[in-house]
Amino acid sequence: MALKIVKGSIDRMFDKNLQDLVRGIRNHKEDEAKYISTCIDEIKQELKQDNIAVKANAVCKLTYLQMLGYDVSWAAFNIVEVMSSSKFTYKRIGYLAASQCFHESTDVIMLTTNQIRKDLSSPNQYDTGVALTGLSCFVTPDLARDLANDIMTLMSHTKPYIRKKAVLIMYKVFLKYPESLRPAFPRLKEKLEDPDPGVQSAAVNVICELARRNPKNYLSLAPLFFKLMTSSTNNWVLIKIIKLFGALTPLEPRLGKKLIEPLTNLIHSTSAMSLLYECVNTVIAVLISLSSGMPNHSASIQLCVQKLRILIEDSDQNLKYLGLLAMSKILKTHPKSVQSHKDLILQCLDDKDESIRLRALDLLYGMVSKKNLMEIVKKLMLHVDKAEGTTYRDELLTKIIDICSQSNYQYITNFEWYISILVELTRLEGTRHGHLIASQMLDVAIRVKAIRVFAVAQMATLLDNAHLLTGNMQRNGICEVLYAAAWICGEFSEHLENPMQTLEAMLRPKVATLPGHIQAVYVQNAAKLFATVLKNQEGNTDSTTAQETSQLMIERLPLFVQSANLEVQERASCILQLVKYIQKLQQKDIEVAEEVSALFAGELNPVAPKAQKKVPVPEGLDLDAWINEPPSESESEDEQPKAIFSKEEPKHSRPRHTEVDEKELARRREARKQEQANNPFYIKASPSSQKVYQETAGVEHIPVVQIDLSVPLKVPGLPMSDQYVKLEEERRQKERAEKKKKEKKKRKEKRSGRGKKHDSGPESEEDITPAHMVDIVTEEMPENALPSDDDDKDPNDPHKALDIDLDKPLADSEKLPVRSHRAAEVVKSPTEDGEMESVASQEPKKKNSKEKKEKKKDKDRERKKSKDEKKKKKHKHEEKEEDLLRGQADEPVVQSEETSEVVAPPTSTSAEVSDLDFWLSTAPVPSNTQEAATVAAEAAPVPEAASGTAPASEPDEPKDTEMEETKSSKHKKKKQKKEKEEKEKKKKKKHHHHHHHSDGGGEESVQNGTVEEEEPLPPMSNYCLLAENSYIKMVCDIQGNLQDGSQVVVSVIFENKCDSFLKSMEFNVLDSLNCKLQRPEGSGPHDGLTVPFQLPPGVSNEARFVFTVQSIVMPQKLKGTLTFIVKNEDSSTHEKLDFKLHFTCTSYLITTPCYSDAFAKLLESGDLNGSSVRLEGINMPFHHLLARICFHHHFSVVERIDSCASMYSRSIQGHHVCLLVKTSGQTVSIDAKCDEPTLLGNVLDEIKQTFSQC
Amino acid sequence: MIKAILIFNNHGKPRLSKFYEHYSEDTEQQIIRETFHLVSKRDENVCNFLEGGMLIGGSDYKLIYRHYATLYFVFCVDSSESELGILDLIQVFVETLDKCFENVCELDLIFHVDKVHNILAEMVMGGMVLETNMNEIIMQVDAQNKMEKSEIKTRHILSCIPQYKIQYHSHHSCHYYGDLTVPLFQCTSRIRDH
Repeated sequence: MALKIVKGSIDRMFDKNLQDLVRGIRNHKEDEAKYISTCIDEIKQELKQDNIAVKANAVCKLTYLQMLGYDVSWAAFNIVEVMSSSKFTYKRIGYLAASQCFHESTDVIMLTTNQIRKDLSSPNQYDTGVALTGLSCFVTPDLARDLANDIMTLMSHTKPYIRKKAVLIMYKVFLKYPESLRPAFPRLKEKLEDPDPGVQSAAVNVICELARRNPKNYLSLAPLFFKLMTSSTNNWVLIKIIKLFGALTPLEPRLGKKLIEPLTNLIHSTSAMSLLYECVNTVIAVLISLSSGMPNHSASIQLCVQKLRILIEDSDQNLKYLGLLAMSKILKTHPKSVQSHKDLILQCLDDKDESIRLRALDLLYGMVSKKNLMEIVKKLMLHVDKAEGTTYRDELLTKIIDICSQSNYQYITNFEWYISILVELTRLEGTRHGHLIASQMLDVAIRVKAIRVFAVAQMATLLDNAHLLTGNMQRNGICEVLYAAAWICGEFSEHLENPMQTLEAMLRPKVATLPGHIQAVYVQNAAKLFATVLKNQEGNTDSTTAQETSQLMIERLPLFVQSANLEVQERASCILQLVKYIQKLQQKDIEVAEEVSALFAGELNPVAPKAQKKVPVPEGLDLDAWINEPPSESESEDEQPKAIFSKEEPKHSRPRHTEVDEKELARRREARKQEQANNPFYIKASPSSQKVYQETAGVEHIPVVQIDLSVPLKVPGLPMSDQYVKLEEERRQKERAEKKKKEKKKRKEKRSGRGKKHDSGPESEEDITPAHMVDIVTEEMPENALPSDDDDKDPNDPHKALDIDLDKPLADSEKLPVRSHRAAEVVKSPTEDGEMESVASQEPKKKNSKEKKEKKKDKDRERKKSKDEKKKKKHKHEEKEEDLLRGQADEPVVQSEETSEVVAPPTSTSAEVSDLDFWLSTAPVPSNTQEAATVAAEAAPVPEAASGTAPASEPDEPKDTEMEETKSSKHKKKKQKKEKEEKEKKKKKKHHHHHHHSDGGGEESVQNGTVEEEEPLPPMSNYCLLAENSYIKMVCDIQGNLQDGSQVVVSVIFENKCDSFLKSMEFNVLDSLNCKLQRPEGSGPHDGLTVPFQLPPGVSNEARFVFTVQSIVMPQKLKGTLTFIVKNEDSSTHEKLDFKLHFTCTSYLITTPCYSDAFAKLLESGDLNGSSVRLEGINMPFHHLLARICFHHHFSVVERIDSCASMYSRSIQGHHVCLLVKTSGQTVSIDAKCDEPTLLGNVLDEIKQTFSQC
Repeated sequence: MIKAILIFNNHGKPRLSKFYEHYSEDTEQQIIRETFHLVSKRDENVCNFLEGGMLIGGSDYKLIYRHYATLYFVFCVDSSESELGILDLIQVFVETLDKCFENVCELDLIFHVDKVHNILAEMVMGGMVLETNMNEIIMQVDAQNKMEKSEIKTRHILSCIPQYKIQYHSHHSCHYYGDLTVPLFQCTSRIRDH
C-alpha cells in the first residue's frame, strides 16, 4: 500500500500539469490535434490511478481541453470523484470541471446529491461557496428538489459570503423546481433588507429576474422596492430596482405616478450614466403606461427626450447607441416628441458604426409621414446600393418594407411608386428576403384595387425578364418574387396588355429550374391566363389563334407533368387534360371561353392572419378528442410541405375540377357555393366583384405611366422610383399652388397673421392627398370572431411555471422536501453550528406558534393551539434549563421538524392588496408634501380619530385622492391659485387621515405582515416640520444609512409657499464635533450645500443630505440655515430660514428583520443590559401600538402572541435593541434590552414621547 | 441574466469560455467563432454593443464587449442587464485580473485559465452578477488561494505552484504570436460610474 503511494507520487513528478499541456499545444502548432490526442490518452491513464492529486490534475487539463472544443463528458465520473475530495484545492478543480461540462442529461449528476449536500453544510465557507457556484451551473430538477431546503437554510447563514451565493442560486432552483418558490419566497423577501449590501443586491437581483417574467405576482413588493430605491446608494441595486419598476408600471399606472418624481430627481442628480439611462428608460415605461390620465407629463417626456438627445450627441458611441435605443421606446407612444429630432436621427444613418445605423433605422419607422416617406425611402435606397452583400443590407430592405407598409400603408400616397420600389428591390442579389418582397407585392395588388393595372404590367415585365433575377437559382432568395409575379399576372389577367406574351413567358422551359412551389403557381396561373387569352381571341372570330394557344399549352405543359415535384406534376397533368379537351371542343368550333373562365371565377379577398384562430369553437365540440383511435405510433408523420405563403393556402387546397361537363360543373359550383356559405373558414366573394362576365375593354383605360418597361431592369443611371419622387413633388407643388391661390383669396378677405405662417411653413399631413384613390380592402375576419387574445407566449418557457401567486398563504402541503427517513444523520445548518443546543430545541416551538397563529383558515383550531403555545411560552423560562438537558435527546426529531418549517408564513392576500392600494393611492412623497406638511404643522398624528375615520372613508378614497393629486401636482396658474389653494386646504383637512396613512401605514403593514387580520392601521408619517416662513416650508425625515455605520441620511422636502420662484437654495448646518454634514470634496467645513433644484410656485421637492455621526448613543440637535433667492418678475431678494435639525436616537435605528431563533440567542447571550418603561392611558389597539413603534422607531416585530410581542431593531453601528411589549388594559409595559444602556434609555424616552403625544 | 462570457484573442483563439446554459462543445466553438467574427471586424471607436441576433438566445440578447490590447472580453446578456453596467463589470473584471496577476497580459490567461475562472466565479454566478466590489472579490480570491497553498505545502506537490511569471517569459521569446506580454490594462482607463 505504502509502496503504491510512493510510486504514485513518483509518477506524478513526470505528469504534465496544465501549464505543460498549454505549452505543449503551443509548441505543436502543426500537429495540434495529434498532440492533444496523445495528451488525452495520458489523461486517461492518469484518471485510472488512485491518487486524487493525479486525478485532479488530469481533470484540470480536461477542463482546458473542453474549452478548446473537445468532448470530455466521458470523464464525468472522474470529475465527480475529484469533486468529492476532501481537499479544497481538488474540490474546486472538480466543481469547475463539472460546471463547464455537466448538464441535465449527464447521468452521473444524480450521484452528486449527497456530496453537494455535504459540501453545502461544510464548516469551511469556501467549500460551501465552491459547491454553490458549481451547482448554479448544472442544477437539475432533481438536484433542485433535493437541495432546495439545504440552500434555503444557507440563506440565513452567518457569513454574508454564503448568504449572497445562496440567495442568488435560489433563482436557478426556482427555475428547475417551481414548487420551491412559494415556501422560499418569504425568506427571500427578508433578504431584501439584509444588512449586508451584497446579500441585498443578490436578493434584488433574484426578485427582479423573477418579476421580469411574471410581474403581476410581485406588485405587492412595490412599496418595499420603493423604499429601497429611495434609500439605497448602490448603483447596481438601484439600476435593478428601477428596471423592475419599468416592468411593474404597465400593470399599475398609479405606481408610475408615484415613481415619476423620485426618478426625475435621480435623473437630475445622478452622475452615473448607467443609472441616468435606466431612470430615463423607466420614466418612459411609466409614461407609456400613463399614456392617458396624467395631463402634465409632457414635461417628463421633454426631459427624457432632452437627456436622450444629449446622449445621442455624445461622442461616446455607446451612449449614442443607448440614446437611440431608448428613443425608439418613446417613439411608440409619443412620436411627436421624437419627430422633432429627425435631423439627429437621419444623421445617425450615416454613422460608421453599424449598430448605430440599425438603431437609427428602427427609429425611422416612426419618423415617416406622408410628406417625407418618399424622401426617406430614397435615402435608404441609396444606402442599399452602398451596402452590397451585408446583413445590414437585408436589414435595410426589411426596414424599407416595414416603413412603407406600416399601419395599412398609411403613409403611401402613390402606390405606383411603391410597386416600383419593390421591383427595384428585386435587383438585390443574394438577399434572403425575396419572400418578403413577394408578399408585399401580393398584398398591395390584392388590397389596393386601383393599382392592379399598374402592378400587373410591372409583374409581366418581371416575368419576362425572369432570367435576370434567377442568375444562380439555388441560393438566390429573390426568385420568390416570381411567385408573386406569376400569381398577380394570373389572377388579374384581365388587366394584362399582352396576355399571350406573358403566357408564353410563363411556359418557358427555363421555368422548370425554379423551386417547386413557384413552378406550381406558374402552372396554375398559366391556366388562368389561358382562360383570359381564349376569351380575347374568341371575340376576334379568328378561331385559329385560339387553337394555336391551346396547342402552345399542350406542347409546353408536359415538361411540368414530368416534374419531380408532386404539386407541379398534379396541377400540370390536370390542366394538360383540360386543355386537350378544350382543343377537342375548339376543333368542333364550340365556344369554350366562358366555361373555361368560369373555372377561375370569383375574387379572393385577403384574410386576417389570425382569422382562423379566431373562429369560435362551437359548443360541444372537443377538438382534442380522437375521432378515430390513433394508429400505432410506428407510422411516421409525413413532413408537411413548406407553405411559404400561408395566406394563399385556401386557394391551393381548393379542389379544381378538370371536367368541363357543364352540368357537373354548375352543380359542383352550386354545391361549393353552398358549402362556402355555410363554412366560416371561407371568404365569401361579394356578388359585385364577380368578374366572370366583365368586359375586358378596360385594357385601353389603363392610365399609361411613362416608364419604359421594356428596358431591362438593370438600367444604369436613374432608378425609376426616382421619377416618382419628382412627379410627386410636382404634383404636390401644383396642389400647393392651388391651395395658395385659394388662401390668398381668403386672406384678402380677412388679413390674419395665420396665413403667413401657413405659407412659409411646411404643409401639414392632411394637406397631402393621395395620387389616386386608394381603396384598401380590409382583411376579413370570420363572423363572431373571438375577442383578441394575445396568447403568443411560448409554452416551453421555463418561466411560465414560475407564474405563481406569492401572496396566498402557504398551505400545509407546501413544504420543501426534507430528508425525513434518516433522522439519525442530522445535518446541521452552519448557522447553528457550535451554538447551544437549547436554542435549537426551542426553535420549532416558536416557529410552530408563529405559523399556526397566522393561518387564518384554521382559526378555531388555531385559537386552541395558540393557547397551548402561550402556556408553553410562559413556561419557557422555567423550562430553559430542562431544555438544556433534554436538548440532545430531542435533537434529531427537532431537527427534522425544524427544517420542514423554516418558512415564515406570508401575509394574507386581501390585506396585502389593500395595503398596496393604500400605498399607491397617494401621490409620490414629494408631491404630497403639502398634505404631509400641513399635518406635521398641525401636530403629530392623531391616531384615535384616524382609526375611526380612515376605514369609514376608505371606499371612496382613491378617487378623491387622485383628483386632488392631479390638482396639487399641477403647477397652478397664478390667477386661480388662491382659490384653488383654499379649496385644497379644505380637501386636505377632509382627507388628511388618508394621507397620513398612505404615507407610511401601508408600507409598514406590508413589511411586517402582522396586522392584516385586524383593523386597518392608523395613518402615520415620519416627516416632521423642520422650519417654515412665508416663503418656504421644510419637513424632514432622518434615517440611518443601511450601508454605512456612521452615516445618517436626512431627507428634506422643500415646499414653495409663495407666488415667486425660489432658486439658489443653499442648505448649511453648523457641524458639531460628533455630527458633520458631508460636503463634496474640496469645499470648506462651513460651506453650504446647494440644493439641486429650483422651486416654481406651489411646487415641492425633496433633497437628501448625508451626515456623518460618530457616537450615536445620545440624541443631538444641530443648528442650520437655508438661504435662498426669491425671484419675482421684477425683483429678486435674498432670504433665509433658520432651523434646528433634531437627530433622535431613533433615527440611528434601522428596521432589521430578526428570526425568533436569533432573537432568543441574543437575549440569552447575556451581553445586553435591561431597562423598562411603562406607558399609561394608552387606548389604542395593540397592533396599532406595535405598528407605531415599528414605524416611528424603526423596529420590526419578531413574534407576537396575543397581547405580548417581541420586537427588534439594530442601530447603524450594530447595537441590538430588543423589546418585549406587553399590554394589559390601558397600561403598556416595555421591557427592553440593549448592549448600549445610554442608547436604550434614549430610545425608550423617545418611544414614551411618541405615545404621550397621542 | 448573463448567458455567456467569452474571452478570445485578436486571432479568435479562445482564452476562456463560460456558458451559463448548456451547449454542445461544437456549438460552443461555433458560437465563439461567430462571435469573434462579429466583434473582430468592428472598428476600435464604434460602440461596444452588438445585437447577437440568431447567435445565442435571439433578439433579447446583446453582445457587450471590450477590447483590451490583444484580448476581447465579450459578455452575452439579455435585456435585464444594464448595458453600461455590464461594461463597467468587464472593466472591474479586467482590473481584478490586473491586480491578481500583477499587470495582467494575455500569457497569464493562456497559462492560468483555471485561476481566471476562479476569479470570475466570485463576480458572476450562474449568469447573475454576484459581486461588483473589486476589493471584496480580491479578498475572497486571495483567501481561497491561501487555503490552496496551505493544503499544497503540506503535501509537497510541485505541480500547481505557479512560478509562471518566470516560466513563460523565457518561453515567450520563441513565440510568433505577436507580443503576448502587452499589459491589457492601463490604470488610466476610464471608469464611467462610481
